[in-house]
Amino acid sequence: MTAGQISTQRSAVSTTDKIFRGTVRGGGVTVLVIMMLIGGFLLLRAFTALRADGWSFVVTQAWEPDSHHFGIAAVLLGSIFVAMVAIVVALPLAVGTALYITEYAPRALKPWLVSAVDLMAAVPSVVYGIWGAFFLQWEVIHVSRWITTYFGWIPIFKVTSYDPDDPLATPTIFTASTFIAGLVVALMVTPIACSVMREAFSQAPAGEREGAYALGSTRWGMVRAVVLPFGKGAIIGGTMLGLGRALGETIAVVLIISPVFVIQPHILEQGTSSVSSLIALHYGDSSAFGISALMAAGLALFLLTLIVNFVASTIVARSRSGAVSDA
Amino acid sequence: MTPDLRPRRRAGAWRTTDVLSLIGAAATAAAMTWLLYARLAPFSGVVGMAVIWYGLFLACYAVLVGLDESGPAVRDRVAAVAVHGLALLLLSALAFIVAYTFWRGWPALRHLNFYFHDMSVTSGLTPLDVGGIIHGVVGTLIEIGMALAITVPLGLLCSIFLSELPGRFTRFVRTIVEAMTALPSIVAGLFIYAAVILTTQNWIVPIEKSGFAASLAISVMMLPIIIRASDVVLRLVPGTLKEASYALGATQWRTVWHVVLPTARSGLTTAVILGTARGIGETSPVLLTAGYTASKNLDPFHGPMPSLPLLTYTLIRFPESVQVARGFGSGAVLMFLVLLLFGLARMIGGRPVGQARVRRRRRLADPAIWAAPVETAEEEDATVPDPRTEEDLVKEPV
Repeated sequence: MTAGQISTQRSAVSTTDKIFRGTVRGGGVTVLVIMMLIGGFLLLRAFTALRADGWSFVVTQAWEPDSHHFGIAAVLLGSIFVAMVAIVVALPLAVGTALYITEYAPRALKPWLVSAVDLMAAVPSVVYGIWGAFFLQWEVIHVSRWITTYFGWIPIFKVTSYDPDDPLATPTIFTASTFIAGLVVALMVTPIACSVMREAFSQAPAGEREGAYALGSTRWGMVRAVVLPFGKGAIIGGTMLGLGRALGETIAVVLIISPVFVIQPHILEQGTSSVSSLIALHYGDSSAFGISALMAAGLALFLLTLIVNFVASTIVARSRSGAVSDA
Repeated sequence: MTPDLRPRRRAGAWRTTDVLSLIGAAATAAAMTWLLYARLAPFSGVVGMAVIWYGLFLACYAVLVGLDESGPAVRDRVAAVAVHGLALLLLSALAFIVAYTFWRGWPALRHLNFYFHDMSVTSGLTPLDVGGIIHGVVGTLIEIGMALAITVPLGLLCSIFLSELPGRFTRFVRTIVEAMTALPSIVAGLFIYAAVILTTQNWIVPIEKSGFAASLAISVMMLPIIIRASDVVLRLVPGTLKEASYALGATQWRTVWHVVLPTARSGLTTAVILGTARGIGETSPVLLTAGYTASKNLDPFHGPMPSLPLLTYTLIRFPESVQVARGFGSGAVLMFLVLLLFGLARMIGGRPVGQARVRRRRRLADPAIWAAPVETAEEEDATVPDPRTEEDLVKEPV
């Protein structure tokens, strides 16, 4: 970067450089214009719906845009619940895997493990979705039933239509729930969180590690005293990056949940909703105004992921040192 | 003085007690799981059983190790077992998901016609030896090709702009690009649907649901990803290399073309390939913009053109088991494409930044580029390599 500044300050700039800078700047401006167009268009179209609906947009649960009775209370909370389940599952998985790769795995195995985790991030979401819908769902419903039978007194684990004393109760009432969707999304976001954490853990200073060992620490003692404090920012930031991804996940969620437009705080019960599945399921049968309403919902989701990602990247950037090599 | 002939103690070796306590804890946990599962709080299902067993196993192991070790050692052992278990769980989940897709798709995959026919004469009642997914393969390739034709030149120009012309405006562009990486893919699809397909509906040349519209939606999603990843790679090019070039009187254009881009080439390739892998697997933008048809369509500007993920998504929702098998089959083909791209990225990337291949190092040492010939030993690197590999940095999630 220093080099660029030096050359910018040179008085005489050759013609080829002028052309080069013009072209490159043109590319930058084009990208900026495209991005601004997207943002502007979203805002503009969403504004049509928001002006018609006002504040009730935030508190209404139903989605009937053509009778002007719609809001994002149910769908946005649905997205958040799915993402929360995903994060609760993904956090220990990601920390454990990152620690395994940096601290426990045999040296020869490490590059393969890193590749495997990266590959997991590249697996298409529809593949996760069909696995979740056709396999995981039918295994997890038994767990759901067990949890609600013995822990149903905790509000979020309650399933209203389930009677544990009824021997004929079918476990299918536990399908298509927030919990199952969250589990599948957890597998999708774990590799993202894991790779951020792994990078930070592997940069924990060797001197401090050896210091901990020299003081008689066990391996876990060293991890707790050196690696985890050093990687704390990356753990928080990586998790939040995963959260941002989980909030926007569409296809895996659409394949699993059955949509309802009420706030569904019981995570084991059938039926929930999310902003992205709302768009995926309703874009086709919407009027022009309905599309605006969907845009408004999409914009709300975008703002939410934007905030989450921004906070995450701030935390990650602050926690990491030497990210830019200007040597 | 006689040398100590006793065998050297291996501090990290496994002792018999370690193995025995592992086995003992596993067996105890299995027995307790059965008791809990079948007698005390009955329920069914394999997943739940595994979860309970693992929890009990950790507890039993802690107790067993605690019999002959002190507190910190017990915690160390239990933590090690827990960490191994979590990593094993994640990796086996990955292996299982991939294997399950191929296994469920196998009935369709073993018929050759599956790769060469479309589904224009195929329904849920026709057996698997008729019809295939060639329309999805063709659609995927055309759409991703067009998306790459848009995103690669634009993305590279923009990332060169970000790294070469620093300033307040550049920072602004970078912030906007980073913000756009948060755009949910379904919103990208909705944008193209509303801004392009619905808007041009009544024009003389309407852009309908087509391969072109889908490639636009994929581009909107891929562009920020590629820019961000390339920007990271370009910023890793050592400043000393650039300064050396300027010191020799090279212009900025020649420095970028002969020093910056060659140095970062493998990283940039990795960035593009990984962006492609993301774009190829995205369903939601395509769902809103490509439309679905059962027959092969080679014209990206007219008529619907489904891609593999969309085909998977559509077929899987049919009630007939034949169509579901076809859905899994097309998911498996998609998975294979992603694996292929990923392997390619792995082969190209993975070297530390600035560590050029031997051939390129010779070319960089060519006196035609540099004023004076540079002595470069084969093993020695011209630059101080960053210990992290390019792929690590490119893979930095968005």
